[in-house]
Amino acid sequence: MASFKPTKIQVYPKLGEKVTQDTLYWKNYKAPVQIKEFGAITNIDFSPVAPHNYSVTAFTRIHIYGPFSQEPVKTFTRFKDSAYCGRFRSDGQLLVAGCEDSVVRLFDVSGKVALRLFKGHTKAVHVTDFISDRYQVLTGSDDYTCRLWDIPNATELTTYQEHTDYIRCGVTSKLNSDLFVTGSYDHTVKLFDARVDKSVITMDHGHPVESVLLYPSEGLLVSAGGRYVKVWDLLKGGQALVSLKNHHKTVTCLCLSSNGQRLLSASLDRHVKVYNTTNYKVVHNFDYPASILSLALAPDDESIVVGMTNSILSIKHRKSSEESKEISSKQRRRPSYRVFVKGKNYMPKQDDYLVSKPVKQHLTKYDKQLKKFNVSKALDTALETWTRMRKPEITVAVMKELERRGTLKNALAGRDEQGLSHLLNFLIGNLADPRFAPVLVTATEAILDIYQSVIGQSAVVDRQLLRLQELLEKEADYQQDLLEVLGMLDTIFASSLPRKEVPCSGVSRSNGLAQGEASASGPQLQAT
Amino acid sequence: MVEHSDIRVVHRGGSKLNFREPLITSDSRFLLCASGQCVKVFSTSTEECIHDLRGHTDLVTGVLPKPSNHLQVYSCSADGTVRLWDYTDGILIKTYVIGYPIYSMYVSANHEGVIFIVTPMQSDKRSELFQLVAVDLPQSADQLVEARELSAVLSDVSSNPAASAFGRGGEYIVSAKPLQLEVYFFKKHKSYRFPLKADNKKGGKNTFTCVACHPKDDCVATGHEDGKIRLWRNFNHKKEYTYSTLHWHHNAVSSLCFTPEGTNLLSGGVESVLVQWRYKQESQRDFLPRLGAAITHITVSPDGALFCTSHSDNKITIIQSCVKVSAVIQGLVKGESVRTDFMVDPRSKAMVLNGKPGHLQFYSLQRDKLLYNLDIVQQEYIHELGLQQFEVVKAAFSASGNWLATVEERKQKDAELELHLKLWAFEQQTQSFVLNTTISAPHESWITALCFGLAADSQTTVLVSTSKDGHFKAWQLDARAHTDDEGPAWSCDFVGAYHGLVPERCCFSADGSLLAISFQEVVTVWTPASWELLTTLSQPPGAIRDLCFGQLSCSKYLLGTTAGNLLCCWNLLTCSLEWSTSMDVSLLLADPLSENMAAFCCQAGCTDLFVFKPSEPRPAFSHKAVCSGRVTRAVFAPREKMLESCEEGCQWLNHSQLYFLTQYMDLMTFSTKAEEDRLMASSKQLVIDDSVAMTPFYLLLGKHRQQQQENEDALSSLSAERTALPKGSAAIRELLQTPAHVLPSTSLLCSMFVQSLLISVTDSREEKEHAENEPESEKEEEDSEEEMESSTLRPKQASAGCQATACAAPPLTKAQVRELRRVKKLDHSWIAGLLDSGV
Repeated sequence: MASFKPTKIQVYPKLGEKVTQDTLYWKNYKAPVQIKEFGAITNIDFSPVAPHNYSVTAFTRIHIYGPFSQEPVKTFTRFKDSAYCGRFRSDGQLLVAGCEDSVVRLFDVSGKVALRLFKGHTKAVHVTDFISDRYQVLTGSDDYTCRLWDIPNATELTTYQEHTDYIRCGVTSKLNSDLFVTGSYDHTVKLFDARVDKSVITMDHGHPVESVLLYPSEGLLVSAGGRYVKVWDLLKGGQALVSLKNHHKTVTCLCLSSNGQRLLSASLDRHVKVYNTTNYKVVHNFDYPASILSLALAPDDESIVVGMTNSILSIKHRKSSEESKEISSKQRRRPSYRVFVKGKNYMPKQDDYLVSKPVKQHLTKYDKQLKKFNVSKALDTALETWTRMRKPEITVAVMKELERRGTLKNALAGRDEQGLSHLLNFLIGNLADPRFAPVLVTATEAILDIYQSVIGQSAVVDRQLLRLQELLEKEADYQQDLLEVLGMLDTIFASSLPRKEVPCSGVSRSNGLAQGEASASGPQLQAT
Repeated sequence: MVEHSDIRVVHRGGSKLNFREPLITSDSRFLLCASGQCVKVFSTSTEECIHDLRGHTDLVTGVLPKPSNHLQVYSCSADGTVRLWDYTDGILIKTYVIGYPIYSMYVSANHEGVIFIVTPMQSDKRSELFQLVAVDLPQSADQLVEARELSAVLSDVSSNPAASAFGRGGEYIVSAKPLQLEVYFFKKHKSYRFPLKADNKKGGKNTFTCVACHPKDDCVATGHEDGKIRLWRNFNHKKEYTYSTLHWHHNAVSSLCFTPEGTNLLSGGVESVLVQWRYKQESQRDFLPRLGAAITHITVSPDGALFCTSHSDNKITIIQSCVKVSAVIQGLVKGESVRTDFMVDPRSKAMVLNGKPGHLQFYSLQRDKLLYNLDIVQQEYIHELGLQQFEVVKAAFSASGNWLATVEERKQKDAELELHLKLWAFEQQTQSFVLNTTISAPHESWITALCFGLAADSQTTVLVSTSKDGHFKAWQLDARAHTDDEGPAWSCDFVGAYHGLVPERCCFSADGSLLAISFQEVVTVWTPASWELLTTLSQPPGAIRDLCFGQLSCSKYLLGTTAGNLLCCWNLLTCSLEWSTSMDVSLLLADPLSENMAAFCCQAGCTDLFVFKPSEPRPAFSHKAVCSGRVTRAVFAPREKMLESCEEGCQWLNHSQLYFLTQYMDLMTFSTKAEEDRLMASSKQLVIDDSVAMTPFYLLLGKHRQQQQENEDALSSLSAERTALPKGSAAIRELLQTPAHVLPSTSLLCSMFVQSLLISVTDSREEKEHAENEPESEKEEEDSEEEMESSTLRPKQASAGCQATACAAPPLTKAQVRELRRVKKLDHSWIAGLLDSGV
């Protein structure tokens, strides 16, 4: 006596992206907090010391926000024109910022007035940064020069005039106080050594460089410009390692995750992409409402801060571990441990006779009803709201099983207005799905046959039938369009493939049957 | 062409087990069932076939117990004889020659020496009319007895054995015709007829399908086409009969049976549910569902403990008291047609074909036993007539046996064709196939052929399927696509077509470097490495019917048969036709272990076989008129042990054996004389003394025991030391068999018991001294009554021992007789002593 074989639920290949460790990690952020600034946000920088405040440079102001505050804890407004690139020193005490008026200002984080003014550039200064010895400042300007300044004396130390276009990005080495990198609109990235007064490595990015980033080890350099993100190996003298093209508009900002395993790039195409730094594959993607100009990650990835052209600052905080746990614990309540181990840890004694317990077959509700040949009830069970909405494949599988048993019509018949409208709702929702269409089309035909006589008696059902009709018409048009496209593609392929002569045996050639040409289409992948 | 007389076409197993009702013997240890031309005796506990009762020369049509002797059975056959057997030893006792084909047989305890048989009306043998005839079996000592004393009882009866039955105590016999029930009373010599209308108002069909009589009551149960069961009473009056109706079955009731005490009625039908009705409380029913296939017969053992149902899938199920299936005896399942090809599983060497609906069966050819059924469809089977079910239509094994590909399809009238291609991986742990990939709708239309080949890198296998939609597809195990949680799955690698023609056959060369696909008249040859079309071959007119690469040294040849009655052989090196001959080949297949190819040719309604090598112009073997009708399924099964036949005509059978299926679904094979001789020899060796089933265990231990016995015989003649053992064991037996309440206290027994285990030195000496002396008869007479009881035991024990050595051993030697007597004398003296002391 064989046991009842339950209805087989077809497993369909999952559409959309696969759930990986990365998606789980990067999805684990709360809904973004949005703050309106005065203009486009050009730079965001986190303070290296706790509590990790961050400076946001927008228009003529630099705001400093606390990690969880939505109001700025500090504001610097003493700029005559647009401010650029407000950056913290490694001790978090000082902040340097460039300005459209070519003056570079140095602020005490707790003060208001600029401590030093570095004057010497002739055009707007877009790049400022502290050298790692903490007493010098690097600036890069639209006058094609980059300069080093001494903070105590507020004097210029060196000028480098190697770039031939605006310098729009730059970064200093954290390990070596003499090295810094600048990127310019002249498509080059240059590595300077303060000891030799000139660039030591020049790398051609191929596009105006918008952002550069040094790896924590400083062996690798990442540059972004145009649609490309490129990685260079500095230890091999600036050899290009990878070139990534995952954005469809200019990449504006780069950032590394706290552990250095993931690289983030933000672009004007409103996406932030997360790359795996071992194979440089995109592992995750964030969407934002406007073009992104600046991006920063808090230490330990506690929050992602993004500044956009529409002057909105978006802050996403990571969900605390308690919060995420709470959700999962709500979903399933397991029996207590005591119940769980009851009898399991009993060691049988020598004389004990073990009575094996027959394994009980668990059947779902619709299977139980199918086993009893209660076809209508089984279909009702499969049409319950939760199943219908969340797991349409179960409903479809039950319908298929009923059809196989030759009892689909019996199950569909004899429904009242509400039951029928549920059924029609389900059909309208899933009929066009190519995975379910073969089963649902027969079911629809059966329904129309059965309920033909009662059409016009219920307004609800009639409305749904009209919707169904619309849906079918739309689908038919769509299929026609697809076929047209397919025909066009076939012509293109046919004309592009070279004709190939196939050698024939003498016998077969004489009969003229096999004037061979392989009309084989290319390899075709099919989902299993 | 030379006919080889020493190669014969023989039936090879797989005959029907469910043709007629099986029989459970009175001790419930054996189950007898008619199977082809023999009666098979199965053990009810181990499911093993113990022996075949061979002797009939035509289909056996019934097996019934002899009412006066429960150790003997009658069997009747279409060859016109009734045979009486001793089923425990498998000995034919008597043959009664009737002279007319017998379709069924009935016996009753009240009719001593008479059996009732159903034969065709004598006037016209071809007619569809049958009569029930009583035959007096003459008492005679001869083996072969002519029984010509026939007297007709009823004329115009059904040939179906279920349509007639003996009533209470054999007083009357009930027979059902399509719409009439006839009851014949033997005492009154009168019959009553109870007709039913063809259709009742609700449209149910009233046709009778089966009849059963209550053993203790005047009640007849009849089953009907519409699923109703009627219980007839009061039928000894023409007018005042009554009947009540039971209805549960929704299709025809195919079998009915009362339990021996008459407390329950069992019924079964297409639903494959065994229904047990309480007699007189018919509203109470018990069900035993999902027995696997439609029930054709139901029998109950004489003690009522075992039920036994035969099923349409050639299966007999033994059920313990309507609760538990205790044993399943499964034969080769043969439906109306074999949809899949015959295949041989490279691992188990079992023949594989579709069996039960939605299953593949693995059938061991060597042991004539179904190994297991592999559930391909994995869906609940709905037992209903007229329902379209999924069927396994194609299957293929990879060369190593690691992969199995199956195609199942279901076609409904007005719905789309449902196709599934499934790939099964062999799992070492469970030693069976596990589903790896399911591809729904692999093609848009029917799949015409399926074959495995080695891929270009000869590491992975590739599967090619051709379809009526004009495409062929290559499937490959895709290791790249799989993610961490799932193993590798199969996916489509290449889709090919040729001028929109329909591909019919495909075939890989032995090394996997070439793939030949036939598109109607054209054979295309592709390379699987790059999926390029290499060449085309054709020999019009007529579409290609079969395609086959040569094996081993002939691998440069490609053979094909066309619908235009041509057998062509192309040389692939020159891409030209090597030779062709005109013959209507219905099936062409290659032996994978040798260069031989077999071609079954259909000529004038008969099939001829030609075995040839593609490189040689002369056939190696030919056999005219192998069977009637076309042969469409055949397979070369590799032998377990190679034959060493040097004769030219038999050499092709050395490596493998050719099995084929005739039009009438008989499994046949070719066997050589040498092989038959060997088989005969081995069957003699395996004569089994006891009811112990012939399991491998038995063979192992039995042989051991036999050897031991032989040793014993040898030893006993030399030294008498070993004779102490039987004595001891007899004493122990005595001790154990005496009821506990008549035994003396254990302390008394203990010393004697231990003593009985000792080997007595004096005994043997004594025996030597009194070797010539006659045993002391007067002592024997002194023995108590209990002696009598044990003396009945002893011969049994002796005979059991002797039977092992069976016919080979002559009557007991003098020495042995002496020994026995001595044992007799010795082992009971202590009991006598006990009795004395006890009294």
